[in-house]
Formats: sequence, C-alpha cells, structure tokens
Amino acid sequence: MTSTAPLQDSGSPNLSPDASHAAAAGQDHAEHGDFRLFGLATFLVADGMTFAGFFAAYLTFRAVNPLQEGSTYELELLLPTINTVVLIISSFTFHRAGKECRGGNLGASRLWLAITGALGAIFLAGQMVEYFSLPFSLTDNLFASTFYALTGFHGLHVTLGVICIAIVALQTRRGGRISASDHFGLEAAELYWHFVDGIWVVLYGILYLL
Amino acid sequence: MTLANPSDFNGSLQPQGWLRYFSFSLDHKVIGLQYLVCGFLFYLVGGALAGAIRTELATPLSDFMPRDTYNEVLTLHGTVMIFLWIVPVVNGAFGNYLIPFYVGARDMAFPRLNAVAFWLIPPAGILLISSYFIAGAAAQSGWTAYPPLSLTTPAAGQVVWILSVLLLGGSSIFGGINFIATILKLRRPGLKLMQLPMYCWAMLGTSILVVLSTPVLAGTLILLSFDIIAHTGFFNPSLGGNVVVYQHLFWFYSHPAVYIMVLPAFGLVSEILPVHARKPLFGYTTMVYSIMAIVFLGLIVWAHHMFTSGTPPWMRLFFTIATSFIAVPTGIKFFNWLATLWGGKIALNSAMLFSCAFIVNFVFGGITGVALAQVPFDIHVHDTYFVVGHFHYIVYGGTVFVIFSSLYHWYPKFTGRLLNEDLGRLHFLLTFIGFNLCFAPQHWLGLNGMPRRVAEYDPTFTTLNQVSSVGALLMAISTIPLLINVVVTALNGKPAGDNPWNALTPEWLTSSPPPVENWIGEAPLVTEPYGYGQHHGQPQEVKA
Repeated sequence: MTSTAPLQDSGSPNLSPDASHAAAAGQDHAEHGDFRLFGLATFLVADGMTFAGFFAAYLTFRAVNPLQEGSTYELELLLPTINTVVLIISSFTFHRAGKECRGGNLGASRLWLAITGALGAIFLAGQMVEYFSLPFSLTDNLFASTFYALTGFHGLHVTLGVICIAIVALQTRRGGRISASDHFGLEAAELYWHFVDGIWVVLYGILYLL
Repeated sequence: MTLANPSDFNGSLQPQGWLRYFSFSLDHKVIGLQYLVCGFLFYLVGGALAGAIRTELATPLSDFMPRDTYNEVLTLHGTVMIFLWIVPVVNGAFGNYLIPFYVGARDMAFPRLNAVAFWLIPPAGILLISSYFIAGAAAQSGWTAYPPLSLTTPAAGQVVWILSVLLLGGSSIFGGINFIATILKLRRPGLKLMQLPMYCWAMLGTSILVVLSTPVLAGTLILLSFDIIAHTGFFNPSLGGNVVVYQHLFWFYSHPAVYIMVLPAFGLVSEILPVHARKPLFGYTTMVYSIMAIVFLGLIVWAHHMFTSGTPPWMRLFFTIATSFIAVPTGIKFFNWLATLWGGKIALNSAMLFSCAFIVNFVFGGITGVALAQVPFDIHVHDTYFVVGHFHYIVYGGTVFVIFSSLYHWYPKFTGRLLNEDLGRLHFLLTFIGFNLCFAPQHWLGLNGMPRRVAEYDPTFTTLNQVSSVGALLMAISTIPLLINVVVTALNGKPAGDNPWNALTPEWLTSSPPPVENWIGEAPLVTEPYGYGQHHGQPQEVKA
C-alpha cells in the first residue's frame, strides 16, 4: 500500500474495500489510523437523535394528551423483560466474538456470532409474539401508534443487526474478508449492535416501566 | 497489494473530461462542482417559482393563477431553495471542493459515501418537482408542512414531498459525517486544529448541527407520513394527536437549519475578506469560539418560532433570552470582519462587493431577527410579511450573496480562468438593488398586517407589493449577466494562472484547475493561512 495510490482507482473492483478506501483518501492507514469506526459512530449519533426525537414525542404525548376512555399505558411486563435480558446477553456474546477474532480464533468467533445472531432472532420472535397478543392495534389511539412506531423502528434496527451478524459470521470462514488482523466489518457490526441494545434499554425504561 | 496501471482505470472506469461530471466520480472536486451546477439549476427553478409568486402579488386579486396552484408554488419555492439550492451548495459544493485542500488531504474521508450523498439530490429534486405533474397536485402546506394543514391538503403530493425531503436529509447527514471525519481525522500530520482556515471550523460546526438535528426532522416526517398513509393520529387533533409536538420537532431541525445555511457562509466570507483586503483575519480564536457558541445556542432556541402556538410563559422567557444571546457571538464575528477590512488594501472586485453586501444585508436581517425574538413584537408580526422579509435577508442577503462572492473568488480555481469583472459588477449591482427593493418593503407590509402565504391582499398594500415585484424582476434579470459571464469566460476567459489573488490558503498552492490528487507530490503544510502583510506580500514559506 503506497501513499501515492491514485485516487480514481478507488472505483476499481480489484481493490479490497480497505485498500481502496485508503487509496481514495490518498493516505495510508498507518498515517491516519482507521477512521471508519469513527464515521460509523458519527452516524450512530445521528441515528440516536432519531430515537431521541421519537422518545421526546412519546414523553410529551404522555404528559400532555389525555388517554382515551378505556385505554391504559399498562403493558404486559414478562415477555419484554425476558427480551431485554436476551438482548443484554447478546451484547456480551458479541463482545466475546470480537475478542476471539482479535485473538485469532476465528472458529470460536464464528460460534459466538452465531449465538449472538440467534439471541437477536429470539428477541424478534418475542417481539412478534407480543405484537400478536396486544389488545390494541396501530391506529387505536395515540399511545398505540407511538408504541408501534417506537418498537417497530427499533425492531427494524435489530433486523438489520441480525443480517449484519449473519454476513460477518460468513466472512469469518477461511478465506473470508475477516481475519485476526483485519476485522473492520466485525467491529462495525459490534458497535452497531451495542448501540441497538443501548437504545432498547432506554426504550424499555420509558415505554414499559414508566 | 498490487495496483494495476492507474491510467487503465482512468481510461476505462472513470470518464475523463466533461463526462466525469455526469459520472459516479469519487473525486471531491468533481463532486463539489456537481453540487454547484446541480444546485444552480434548482436555483433557476426556485427563482422561476418566486417570479410566479411576485407576479401573482403584483395585483391585490388572485388573478394570475388559481389559489391552490399558488400554495403549491410557494411550497415548492421554499423547499427547492432551501433543500436543493442553499444547503447543497453552501455545504456540499464549496465544502467538498475546499475542505480536503484545507486539511491537506487528497480527498474526503469517505469518497464513496460522498458520491452517494450527491447522487441522492437529483432524484430527490426531480421527484419533488414532478409531483406537480404526476401526483396531480404538489404539496400545498408550505415548506413547514404543519399539520393539520399537511393532513388536509391532497395526500399524494404531500407524501412525495416527504419522501423527497427524507432523501435530501439523508444526503445532508452523509455529507455531515464525511466533513466531521475529514476535518477531525484526515488532517495532514503536523497541521493543528487552530491552524485550519476558518471555513473548516464553520463546516465542522455546521456538520455537528446536521448530524444532531436532521435525523429528528426525518423521524418527524416519517410519523407525519404515517398520519397521512396509515391514518395514525400522532399529529392529528381529531384522532387525539398533538400538532404542537410536530412544531417542536420540526423546529428542532429547522432552526439549526438556519445555521446550516448561514454558518458555512460565515466561513466562506472569512476566507474571502482577508485575501481581497490583504490583511490577516482579525480575531481567529474568537471566531472559532463564536462558531461553536452559535452551534450550541442554535440547538436550544427552536421554540422562538412557536410563540403563538400556546407556548407557556416560562418557555417564552427561556427561548427569548437564549435567542437574544445568539446576537453576541454573531456580533463578535461581524466586528471581526469589519476589523479585518479596517486599514486593508481593499480590492473592490466582484467577490469583495458581494461579501461586503453580505455584511450589510446580514446585519439588517440579524437586527430584525433579534426583534423577532422578543415575544410581544413577535406576536404582533407572526406569520406576516415581516417574517418573510427577515428570513430572505438572512438566506438570500446572507447566504446567496456569499455563494455569488465565492463563485467569483474560486471560479479561477475551478476552471483556470477569471470571470469578467465588468459583468460581475453589473451582476452585483442588479442583485443588490433588486434584492433590497424586493425584500425591504416586505417589512413595512408585515408591520401593517399583511399575512404571508396569501394570493390576495388588501388593496392598501398594492404599491409596496408592486415595488417588491419590480425588485424581484431585477433579481431575475441579474441572473443574465451571471450566466453570460460563466459561459463566455469558460469558453474564452482570461487565463487566471495558479494563484490570481496571491492568496495563502492551501487550495491556491497548486495548479488551477488542480490535478486529480490535488498536489503533485506531498501536500504543503500551511500553518498561517492568513499571513498577509507579514511576509512582504510574498506567500509564506511552504514546508513540503
């Protein structure tokens, strides 16, 4: 990798994304470090602000708009609590997968990724069960709409996360993109997954406990 | 890794010559000019819509177009001008072209993301404008899309409007992430943050605002689209929803959006004034802190747009005080610019004329802004033409004047040729007179009670409206010398040389137009971008 790699090469399919990225910036990673995670973190700040907007809207609705006759903010707690535990555990399993990958045990890393992905899928299944057992639907009242918008938007994030985990797990196979020394994809997916879990904890707090 | 011969790729994959401006190019300079030209085309569209508005308002009766059409025209005008002209050009065009030079890099941090961000804009723009023809009716609820208005006007156009703004918001966020990463992470080794040209700080502040506030607008518009498509009731009072929440969330983006439009202009002016006054930028450190203060305050003043929306007294008090505070950092910047000009060897060329006019216009718009921040005054003029006059002094008198100034200043860098100064001064004169003639009378109209967004008005307002329409006509005419200038000089202009202004900022320390990777050899380390008059008029020592 030379720092004089021509800029316009970055459109070339011959280059690995890592190399083409550095070439496009015309800079060596050794010189600048890898700032792709920084870029992702900035994006997650933006994504977090979308959630913040939704949370602010929900809390204001709750504070200002009276509930309609016969409806309640009370929700069944058991299933979402189990889901919360599942998601928190999955953060730890993902962390373990990253550790194994950096230590060179790609096989173990893949196993922990599979566990994480399975936990994510369990969460989504639990969410589905909850949706079908709720006594209200999307347009019933303001609380129902907000509930589905918040959990749905978060569920979309979890779905994307599970897909990312599946891709990353495939890439840890022999000859795949991810190795002990080059594992940006895994780290990116891990950062994203922790973010999605963190958002859920806040969401669980204000939607179910408050 | 092995690299194939670069010329193979240049020849086969990346088009050369004018074709590359229509390609998915990853070169920040190509993307910058794509933003500029694309934005200018939308400016012509938005200008034509403005012309339709001023034609309608030349007479008190609604006789030029049906009232529904008038609502569509004013909605499209606002949306096109903000999201397709000012934001993309003052951020995307000049930011992409200049920031990599200023940080001593060969491109932006994420070139592919950069190209994606640009290529979201043309489809979004075409989508927005085509809604008038395809969906039967374009959105009619203004650029604010307040419910319940946006829920009761024809749905198809409103949904297309939301989709378009979501695409443009995404483009803006991608751009913001790229600028933050480029400025913070891609600086040439040895270049410190406090040595960066001021435009970098302006873009850093702007990008922070983009990343923090644009997603909130996106989320809000998604909820609004649910209200329209799925008949939820988030913002629909008849279904138990809350319209004021929409206003809060909308202005949480759209007040910072004012700074997203104007902070980059502040930065560009800070680059242009020292060059043409041959003096260092006055008060660099205070400029930096002022920008960051504006970023912080800009995020906590949004409800001053909502003083008539049943806002409780404590909220009115807080937002009045916070808003008035913004005048302090803004005032610091203005005195710094005046001090930069003071005693300088001022060249009154087109770039300088537009920049000086920016100072005049923006001070006026700023003063009316402070007036509007005061609750009793705001309640009197809320939703009147006073507000229309105020914000056009900010976005047109402020930002658009700076865009023109920047065009005259950096055109030699883009093309290697100088724009014609006579045509440039004519363009300036027509724009300056037309602009003030168009928007100054609107303050009187507003104070006397003419509401905004109406196709008909009381006949007592006729004279001032006609003055305003004549001003609009002058502004339309002012585009002609600009277009002639750009076309003629592009074909047959005076060669500019590499550095026609003897400027010290890094983009001038390479050829005009610059080579593909910005510099042949290593990027120069420029630690004193404003060292005018300190090195006997010679460019400072450049360490390779």
